[in-house]
Amino acid sequence: MKLPIFMDNHSTTRVDPRVLEAMLPCFTEDYGNAASRNHAFGWKAEAMVENARGQIAALIGGDGKEIVLTSGATESNNLAIKGAASFYKRQGNHIITVETEHKSVLDTCKRLQREGFEVTYLTPAKDGIVTPEMVTAAMTDKTVLVSVMLANNEIGVVQDVDAIGAAIKAKNPKTLFHTDAVQGAGKVPFDVEKCRADLVSLSAHKMYGPKGVGALWVRRKPRVRIDPLIDGGGHERGMRSGTLAVPLIVGFGKAAELAKAEMPAEALRLKALRDRLYRGIASKLPETYVNGSMDPAHRLPGNLNISFAFVEGESLLMALKDVAVSSGSACTSASLEPSYVLRALGAGDELAHSSIRFGIGRFNTEDEVDFVVDLVVKSVDRLRALSPLWEMHQDGIDLSKIQWTPH
Amino acid sequence: MAYSEKVIEHYENPRNVGTFAKEEDDVGTGLVGAPACGDVMRLQIKVKDGVILDAKFKTFGCGSAIASSSLATEMIKGMTLDQAGAISNTQIVEELNLPPVKIHCSVLAEDAIKAAIEDYKKKQKDAEA
Repeated sequence: MKLPIFMDNHSTTRVDPRVLEAMLPCFTEDYGNAASRNHAFGWKAEAMVENARGQIAALIGGDGKEIVLTSGATESNNLAIKGAASFYKRQGNHIITVETEHKSVLDTCKRLQREGFEVTYLTPAKDGIVTPEMVTAAMTDKTVLVSVMLANNEIGVVQDVDAIGAAIKAKNPKTLFHTDAVQGAGKVPFDVEKCRADLVSLSAHKMYGPKGVGALWVRRKPRVRIDPLIDGGGHERGMRSGTLAVPLIVGFGKAAELAKAEMPAEALRLKALRDRLYRGIASKLPETYVNGSMDPAHRLPGNLNISFAFVEGESLLMALKDVAVSSGSACTSASLEPSYVLRALGAGDELAHSSIRFGIGRFNTEDEVDFVVDLVVKSVDRLRALSPLWEMHQDGIDLSKIQWTPH
Repeated sequence: MAYSEKVIEHYENPRNVGTFAKEEDDVGTGLVGAPACGDVMRLQIKVKDGVILDAKFKTFGCGSAIASSSLATEMIKGMTLDQAGAISNTQIVEELNLPPVKIHCSVLAEDAIKAAIEDYKKKQKDAEA
C-alpha cells in the first residue's frame, strides 16, 4: 500500500488512466482549434468535441446540443444563476436557494442581492435534506429561479431533485430549476427529464476527468435562455465565448462515458467501503456522530462526514498526515469560521470543529480503508487523552453548563 | 498549512500532559477558551513558597494550540508566580514560529497561565480569610 492515501475525492479525483489515454492525441496530433472551419485539423477537433458533448449529455439524459462547455463548476454555477437572473429579470427578481449550497452558488446569489434581487436561503432539516414543501412554500409569483444541489460536497447528502423539480413546475412552470450536480452526477442516478431541470452544472475533475473543464446543461425544449458572462467569438451558441479546451473536453467526455457505464457497480463497491470505514470507526470509538442523513437513498455512496466529539478537527488531520482527508474545523479554513454547511444543520459549532470528511473514490481499496480505520481510532484515542473536554465528559460534567470564555 | 518543526515536535511529544486534583490548596487551575471556538486549554500549576514546582495541561484545539500549551508548561516550571505572570504570548510565537493565523493560540496559552495564577492566589486569599 502506497502512502499517503488519497481519501478526499470530493475535493478532486485522480484522472482515470483511460481518460488520460483519450486526451493524449489532442496534444500531439489532433491539436486543431475546434472553431477552425476551413481545414482538417479544425474539423477533427470539432468532431471530437461534438462526440464529447454527446458523452457528457448522455450521463444526465440530455442532448449534446444542450451542453455549454465552461472552465469548471464555479463558472457553470455563475453562468446559470447570473445568466438566467439577468435574462429573466423582467419576469421577477426572486431567487431561492439553500444555505448548504456550494460557495459558487451562495456568493453568486449574494452578488445578485446587491444588484437588487431578493434571495431566500432555505435551511435544510437537521439531516441536510430539503423537502419539496420547503421550496414551494418559499415560492412567490416573482420567483424566477430555484437552485438546489443534487449532492452536497461536505456531507454527501443527496436531495430528492425529482420531487423538488416536480413540485416547482407544478406550482409555476415558468420558474426555472437549476441544480448543481457536480458531486452527484456519475455517482448516483440523475436524469434531467425526471427532475425537470432547466440548468445543470457539471465538472470533469470530480468524476476522474481533468481539472479546468465543466459544463452547463441548458434545456432546449422548452428553450431556456441565459445572458452570457463572457463575450467574444460567439462560441457555445453565444452563451460562452472562448476557444474550446479540446484535450480537457475530450477527457471530460471519456470520464462521463466511464461514469455512466460503471456507476451501478462502482456505487455498490464504494458504499461497501464507506460502510466498512464507518463500522470500523464507530464500533471502536464512542461519541462519534455522522453529519447528514445516512439513508442510502440520500447519501453519496463514497461519503462519510463524521464528528469526533472532544477532538478538534485540525489536530486530528495532523495525526492523519498519511491520509488526505478534510475537516470542517475553522482552523482549516482561511476565514477561521467552522463549516457553514454543518452550522446550517444546527449541529453546534463544537461538532463542526470536530468533523472530518472522508471521500472514498474509484481508486481506494479495502486495505486502505482498514489502514485508515486503525489510524483514526489510534489518533482519536491519543487526542482525547490530551483533551480537557473528554476528561470532563468522562467525569460526568455537562459541558453546556460551563461558563466558557469565547475569544 | 505547513507547521514548524517545533510545533510538530510538541504536538507529537507533548510535555506535562495530565491533571492535578484541582481542589488541592497548592494547585491553581486556568481553564480558558470555548468549545464553540475550537480551542479550550486547561493549565494547572503546583506552587510552593511562590515558586511553580510543577505544571500540567490538557488542550482541545489545533496542533498549534496543543504545542503552545505544552511549551507554556515547560517555560513556567521553576519560575516564581511573578515571573510566570509576566510571560507574553510573543515569546511563545517566537519559540514555535507560529504564523499570524495561529497567534491566537499563543494568546490563549498566556491567558491560561494568568488564569491558573489567579486561581491559585484566590485560593490562598480565601484560606486566609
